[in-house]
Formats: sequence, structure tokens, C-alpha cells
Amino acid sequence: MTTQEIYAALTEVFRDVFDNDSIAIGPETTASDIEGWDSQVHVTLVVATEVRFGIRFRTAEFETLRNVGDFVRLIETKCAGRA
Amino acid sequence: MQSLLPWLPDHPAFADAVKLAKEQPVGRDRLAAVIHLAGCRRDFVATEKLDRLAGSSIEPAAVSAANLSSASLAILSSHTVDHLGPAIRVAGLCRRLALATYFTPYGLYRQALLDADPKLAAFKPQFILLALDAYELNPNVPLDAGDAEAAAAIEASVTDLRRLWQVVRERFSAQPIQQTLVPTAVPLFGSFEGLVPGSPVALTDRLNSGIRAAAREDGVLLLDLAWHASRVEDRSAIGDPVRWHQAKQLISPGFAPLFGDWVARIVGAALGQSRKAVVVDLDNTLWGGVVGDDGLEGIQLGQGSAAGEAFAAFQRFLLSMSKRGIVLAVSSKNDSAIAESAFASHPEMVLRRSDIASFHANWDDKATNLRRIAEELNLGMEALVFVDDNPAERHMVRRELPAVAVPELPDDVAFYPARLADSGCFEATSYTAEDASRSRSYSENIQRKTILQQATDMKGYLKGLSMTLAASNIGPVDLPRATQLINKTNQFNLTTRRYTETEVKRLAESPEAVALSFRLRDRFGDNGLISVILARADKSLSEDALLIDTWLMSCRVLGRQVEAAAFEVLIGEVSRRGIRTLVGEYRPTARNGLVVDHYSKLGFVPLRGDGEPGEATFWRFDLEHGVPPAHFIKVERS
Repeated sequence: MTTQEIYAALTEVFRDVFDNDSIAIGPETTASDIEGWDSQVHVTLVVATEVRFGIRFRTAEFETLRNVGDFVRLIETKCAGRA
Repeated sequence: MQSLLPWLPDHPAFADAVKLAKEQPVGRDRLAAVIHLAGCRRDFVATEKLDRLAGSSIEPAAVSAANLSSASLAILSSHTVDHLGPAIRVAGLCRRLALATYFTPYGLYRQALLDADPKLAAFKPQFILLALDAYELNPNVPLDAGDAEAAAAIEASVTDLRRLWQVVRERFSAQPIQQTLVPTAVPLFGSFEGLVPGSPVALTDRLNSGIRAAAREDGVLLLDLAWHASRVEDRSAIGDPVRWHQAKQLISPGFAPLFGDWVARIVGAALGQSRKAVVVDLDNTLWGGVVGDDGLEGIQLGQGSAAGEAFAAFQRFLLSMSKRGIVLAVSSKNDSAIAESAFASHPEMVLRRSDIASFHANWDDKATNLRRIAEELNLGMEALVFVDDNPAERHMVRRELPAVAVPELPDDVAFYPARLADSGCFEATSYTAEDASRSRSYSENIQRKTILQQATDMKGYLKGLSMTLAASNIGPVDLPRATQLINKTNQFNLTTRRYTETEVKRLAESPEAVALSFRLRDRFGDNGLISVILARADKSLSEDALLIDTWLMSCRVLGRQVEAAAFEVLIGEVSRRGIRTLVGEYRPTARNGLVVDHYSKLGFVPLRGDGEPGEATFWRFDLEHGVPPAHFIKVERS
């Protein structure tokens, strides 16, 4: 999966979870940019991402997911490690 | 990924349908669209979308147009459960419930109950689910504790829970539902764990046994999560340590749709919404092959082939379900005589023809046969489950009769029993003697119908039945069955008021109320508890008058003058208490047109009834001058 493909797939996940088809995400996007991104939805977002990419984040990694760039870097590593 | 809700059909274009639903105006149209989608396979993200979409469309007019029952459920937990709300509510829609939910912050379940939390009280929950876990409840005993010490600790924990259940009942007038504890502790000894009384896994196990026994005694419903968890394939679904450390979630968000359904089906069952009959196809459903083509010797059934054994196992499952009180019926595209011959002559048939209450083998379409079966059994479409290996037939029935439950079936018949069980169609909240003998009573009813057809006059028929009606005040023995009947009777039901066991008990114990249950016997057998009357004082009436709050009867004994005999008992009971007037109420629903003339037939006169069509009417019976109708039933009062 290329970085671009990951962004495209992750955008779908965000749009699905926040039920908002106009959401656009970039590496610097954080919880303060998206309405409704609270700590509870954060877990939902993490799980939806895991399901979409067929990966699992480790307990310690959970706390490092501060912006969308963090999500994408970890997804890249995990998808690469699996291939 | 395997579906969490495999018994639900796949929607061919779910995302587009969600968009279309969004375009519907808020209210009944949108709610109808969401209900349809709630009945399709959906993951947790889609489920949350449906919940948002339903949102403000869940208002009284739309709820009544969609024929949903309203219910209120509070969830008091020792772990995070807020993320499960959408899935519980959407599962409710799938099971014909408009569920209002209320959550207390996690960990505050005890305070909410013992301090009589005013917000919780204002919510007026009918059901309170205590969603507790082993992290919270496992007794704190040393690992080397002896058996007696462990037993005492378990006893103390159970006693504490029972006190909470009592508070749920007495302070909140709600029905408690207790979640059993998922064994989240990791074994320290391996298989030897169970032999060490103080080991965490052994303690959880023992506590669950204690909870189940206490719940049975106290009439508390169980959400047996420990048992469910043992059957779930995905180990990260329940008790995933990652989710626990991150967010104190016992149930993973991805698993919410199934958990939500487990909760909703209990509430549905408590409100009498569980299905009552299963209608099965024959060829390739009860046996392998087509009996009309392959002949009796050619079908696969019973010993001799693995497939044949699997079909026999499915029949055994259905037979057990019938012993549980689920009525069996057959709808098959077959020559009637050939289909009957399989029941009569195949040596490996587990089900006998007498186990099938309604049998329709012909060349008509399945929807037509389902309508006939419903009529014969006196059941509504929403009481039926249709089981057919043919996807085209399933599709057709779903389209023609959307109220019938039509579970998707796996390719392999070996998994049919588990699939039907998993579908939650038959969730129970009680098991009574009436349930155990239901199939027998259905075949007795068919005998009665035959006598009726032979009898030349109605009077002769009724006299010939030698009926005895046994009436008693609703006490502990009758309480579960009376409550069950109150919550599932739709047709012969004057007011369709639903009450929990707690509410019925309270009414029965009130000195100002009359709570009667009736059993009917005749020459063919015992029909069991078949009618309930609840009457009470009412502010709008004078002191010497009682309002008949509830009057209902099982349709199995329709047309046999039972209501006249029951009325005689009611008159006897209230005149003993100095009551001079009885006021009857009829609240029309889509289902109870049968009893529109009930009170006038009994000699009541209309009291108020000039309101809009569809509104309640009231009727008055003056004990001094009124003349109750005659009947042929012997009455026993205890």
C-alpha cells in the first residue's frame, strides 16, 4: 500500500466514523480539527482503522496516535511488516 | 471478516440505502428505513450511523406507526459501556423495540442505586442492567484460602448483589437484569486452577454459579455474558486486555452489534416479543434430498451417512425446542401424501407428525402457507420464524411478510441448530409448566376443533367439553406465567398494558386491587393458565367502584365462554369486598379488534365512548342490577 492509498482508505474510515462525507485529513490533522473526536470516539477510530487495514496497534502505541500522520506512519510500518 | 450477526440478511447496497434513508423526512418514513437496515448485517460503524440516523425520528407517532414497543433501560456498570448505547438501541429497532437508554458513569453503579440518583429515578427505567465484571466483583481472598473461606466470600458477594437487586425493584420499580462475570483473570495453574478455591478463575466461576442460583430465586433476569463469551470465536471481542487498559472497555467496540442484540433480545423477551413458532421446510431442511423425486429410501436422514446424521440432529434440536414450548409447523412444496408418508414411514424420522401443530405440504407459495399457519395457530406473523434452505424462498417471504423472522442459514445443515439458537428469536425470560406442555395442548386443540366440526350445535359442543375453570389470586406460583401472558397476549387483550413481574406482584399484594389468574381443564386435557384479570381502585372512580385495568385471555380457549365464567368469579370476588360498580376499559390497538364488543356482551353499558375512533372506551357494570351471561363451565375458586 502506498502512502497515498493509505490516506485514501483512512479518509474513508474517518468519514465513516464521524459520519461526515466532507472530512479531509492530512498529516497534521488532530482531534481539535474534527468535531466529535473525543476520547471515546478515539477508541472507535482506532478499532475501525485496525479492522480496515487488518492490523492491531499495541497498547503502548495507542498513546502515540496524536495526529493523522501518526496513524499513517504506524499503518505503513505494520502493513510493510506483514507483506 | 465473518459477520457478527450472521442470521441477518446482507443488504446488497447498504451504504446507498443509508444515504437514501438520510434523505427521508424525519419521522415515520425515516424510521421505517432505519428499521429495515437495522435488520440487515451491519458492523459497528454502520450501526452507529443508523443510531444517529434514527435519532429524532423516534417520536411517539413514528414509533406507533412502525408498531414498536417502547421500553426504557438503564445500564449501571463497573466498566465503560457508553460506546455500546448505539448498538443496543439499533438492535432494539431490529427487534421491534424503541429503546430509551440511560447510562451512569462507569464505576458509580452502587452510588446510583443506594443514593437513589434523582436523574436515574427521573428516567423511570423499566429495566436496569447491572453490567459488572470480575475486576470489580471477584472476592479479595488470599490465593491459599481454603474452601470455606472462598465459599464465605462468594456468599458475601452474592448477598451484596441481592441487596442491589432489591433496591432496583423497590426504589426504581424496575426489573433487574444481571450480567454474569466474564472470566478475565488469566489462569495461574493451568487446568489445575479449578481445584484451587482461592484462584481468581475458580472464584469467578463460583461467583457466576452463585449469581445464577440467586437470580433464579429472586426472579432476576440474566445477561449471561460468561456463557456467551465461551461461545464467541473471536477472543478479542470480550475481555480484550488492550481495550481494558486503554479505555476500561470489557466489550470491544467492534463487537458492539452482537452485544447490543444480546441485551435487546432480553428486553424484547420480557415484553413478550420473542417468537412463538417455527415453520420449517421439508426437502433439504429436515432431510437431505427431495422426497418426491428420491423416494423415501433415497433421502438422507439418520444413521448411515454424516449428512443424514446432521439432518437428524437438526430434527432433535427442533424436538427439544418444541418441548421448550416453541410450536412447530411445516410449510413445504410437496405432494401432501408423500410428505406425510415420510413422517409415517421413515424409520429415522425424529419428529413425528403429532409434533407438528400445523402441516401444509402443497404447491402454493410459502407466504400463502405462512398466512394459513398463522391463522390456524391463532398467532400473528411476528410470532413466526421461517426456516428454509432455499435462499429464494427466504427472500420471497421477507418481501411478502416482513414481520416474519427469516434467519439466513449456513451452507451446512450441521450448523442449523446453532444458527437458530444464535439468532435470539426464541429468547426466554421464563420457563413454565405451560411451556413444557404447549405442543400437546396444540394437538389437543386440533381434537377439539374436530369435535366442534362434528357437533351439530354449539351448546352441545360446549357442554360436551366438560370444562372446569379454576380461579385463584395471583400468588408466587402463578406470577411468572401470569406475567408472561400479560406481556405476550395481543388479540384477546382489552388494554394491552404490559407489566413486569415486579409490577404484577405489587398489584397482587395491594389490598385495593384484585389480581386473578384462571386455569381451564376439559375432557381433552389441561390448558394451563389461560386468563388474567387485574382490577384496581382508581382516582377517577368512587370508592365502591373498581377499574378493570387488564383483562386478557389466551386465544387457545377462544369461543368457549371462558370470559363469562371468569366474569362470574370477578363479580363474586368484588362483591365480597363491598364493591358495587365495575368499570371496564377497552383500548383499541391494531391487534385487539376481537374484543371490541367484550364488555357489551357481558352486560356492561357504555360510559364514555363518544371520543375519536381509536380512543379508549369505558363501560360500566352495576353489580346490583346487571345480569351476567350464562355459561357451561364449572367454576372452582381457591
